[in-house]
Amino acid sequence: MTQPKGIYVLAEINDSQNPTSLTLELLGLGKKLASDMGTTLGAVILGSDITAAAQSVSRCGTDEVLVLDDPVLGTYDPEVFCEVLGGLLKSRLPLILLSGHTSMGQDLLPRLACELEAALVTDCVGLRAEGGEILFTRPVYGGNALATQKARTETVMATVRARVGDAPAAAETAGVVTRVQAAPVAASRLEFKGREVMVFKECPLEEAPVVVSGGRGIGGEEGFAQLRELAGLLGGAVGASRPPVDSGWAPTTCQVGITGKVVAPDIYVAVALSGSTQHLSGMGESGKIVAVNKDPDAYIFKVSDYGVVGDWKQVIPAFTTALREIIQE
Amino acid sequence: MAVDIIVCAKQVPDPEGPPSSFEVNEAERRVTARGIPPVINPFDENALETAIRIKEATGAAITLLSLGKGLSRAVILKAVAAGADSSLLVEDDAFDAALLDSFTTAHLLAGAISKAGPYDLILCGRQAADTNAGMVGLILAQFLGVPAITLAQKVEVSEGRVVVERVLPDGYEVVEAPLPALVTVSGEVGDLRYPSLQAIKAAKGFPQTALGRADLDLNLPALARLETVALAIPSRERRCALVEGDTLQEAGRKLALLLRQEKVL
Ligand SMILES: Cc1cc2nc3c(=O)[nH]c(=O)nc-3n(C[C@H](O)[C@H](O)[C@H](O)COP(=O)(O)OP(=O)(O)OC[C@H]3O[C@@H](n4cnc5c(N)ncnc54)[C@H](O)[C@@H]3O)c2cc1C
Ligand SMILES: Nc1ncnc2c1ncn2[C@@H]1O[C@H](COP(=O)(O)O)[C@@H](O)[C@H]1O
Repeated sequence: MTQPKGIYVLAEINDSQNPTSLTLELLGLGKKLASDMGTTLGAVILGSDITAAAQSVSRCGTDEVLVLDDPVLGTYDPEVFCEVLGGLLKSRLPLILLSGHTSMGQDLLPRLACELEAALVTDCVGLRAEGGEILFTRPVYGGNALATQKARTETVMATVRARVGDAPAAAETAGVVTRVQAAPVAASRLEFKGREVMVFKECPLEEAPVVVSGGRGIGGEEGFAQLRELAGLLGGAVGASRPPVDSGWAPTTCQVGITGKVVAPDIYVAVALSGSTQHLSGMGESGKIVAVNKDPDAYIFKVSDYGVVGDWKQVIPAFTTALREIIQE
Repeated sequence: MAVDIIVCAKQVPDPEGPPSSFEVNEAERRVTARGIPPVINPFDENALETAIRIKEATGAAITLLSLGKGLSRAVILKAVAAGADSSLLVEDDAFDAALLDSFTTAHLLAGAISKAGPYDLILCGRQAADTNAGMVGLILAQFLGVPAITLAQKVEVSEGRVVVERVLPDGYEVVEAPLPALVTVSGEVGDLRYPSLQAIKAAKGFPQTALGRADLDLNLPALARLETVALAIPSRERRCALVEGDTLQEAGRKLALLLRQEKVL
């Protein structure tokens, strides 16, 4: 194997052929780490028909963009992606490979780490260079502690959460785009038999400036309709802790927390949820946190900026009406 | 066709315990649980429930595999009684969760599995509540050379294949693999059933294999790829301004006004 060199970001693109916001954050983060460590920043992008996407990634502060553009990479098959990417990275061994802690990142990087005999740190909430090494911070014990870890291998990979890095400023010069021919792959042992996806009209949770979340104490679907009304008024989205999702009062896509989405809106309104560490892990970085809970000792009050102790069924309608009046003024 | 299923089940301090019960020892870089019992990692309970459903549908022999230090027999027994047929406990003081990284754990589990004999399906949880890593299942599959499918919300076995509904951010996809294979299970599967007292009594007589460090003959320190250099308590407490009123309606109104006044809204 070659001497490891450079920091690479595994870029993911959205439907409009642009890098996802998390990819941009990783490129910003990678740029900073690369300059701290005196090395280069590259990106790797896999897919089918991705010329435009590769161009836009090249304008995000990268020195080089490696493009694997092949019809077999049109949809994600972990065995194919691992083999193709593993093949490429063996010849261009990075010091660090960063991926988003996304559906693909979580599924692909452990496989790739085995392929390259690299260390892997998942779900990072902080990365910094210190004394020529990279230190990774991540929550453990459901967010009750934060561990700082470092690799014992030369190459290290990480999946990074949303909002850890900042998107880079537009670069003056674009990086070099290198198209790499994907080596022919062995047949995947996996067979994909179709998918069922839901289409959401609401504002995506991760991008909403206001999130109104309900917990177990909401008690049912009707309650969530009330929260939706409040969120709509504030131009925000509805979130939930896990119990409402498990009970089917709110869709799975609403779950905030360590096994749900990570959000950091300007305002997070937590209604009838207790503030478990698993939930806080997904919203603790919000600008202002507002809690409504009938239990004065609920932990959520310890981590909130504003609160009302009481039954949400009485507090929230009055709060919503007053807000509507304020907004109309 | 009955299949042999191994369910990898880790013991962790009850993740639903209050934050105060997780004592963070910064100097020793370890978390000590105070006053809360060990439990089977919740996603591993989902994996066990999945195995039991396969057993009901097509027949299966289920082995519960747990690796650790000072494993609670009561916790294992209750899990086995829910519907497993035997247990394989891999225990040693060196298998302390605070000391093992994901690669070491996967090596040890692979070693234990190779001693346990043939299998068709390995089920893991999507992630452990203590490490929060979501790595061991996939690494184990790579070490064993079997295909892996993550994040199952439904698992079926038929004609030598496993059919999985795999959770996606906006829905699910259906993925199949030939057996033997490894699948990691998500919470969508549903809770593990409770065993009856009778079943718990009966499970005491089920076959139990115990392995120690010597049986696995692995050079532990050489396997680790990660090192924990610091452990800290996250700082997230804030000062909460509590809004009161003669009635809760009034408190709700005052909250809106306060947020306006402080330019939060
Ligand atoms: C491995 C693992 C991963 C997890 N991942 C997540 C995750 O990603 N996200 C997540 O949220 N959870 C997650 N959980 C679950 C988590 O541990 C908690 O169980 C969950 O967050 C609790 O949800 P809750 O606060 O809504 O419910 P509870 O803790 O039951 O709290 C309900 C609250 O509502 C209040 N209440 C009840 N009625 C009213 C009323 N009428 N008016 C006002 N207040 C009222 C009560 O006082 C109470 O404080 C995970 C757990 C595990 C083990
Ligand atoms: N010590 C262990 N004993 C048994 N299974 C384990 C152990 N550690 C991890 N696993 C399995 O691997 C999964 C993922 O663990 P992790 O990668 O630590 O999040 C768990 O849900 C278990 O199914």
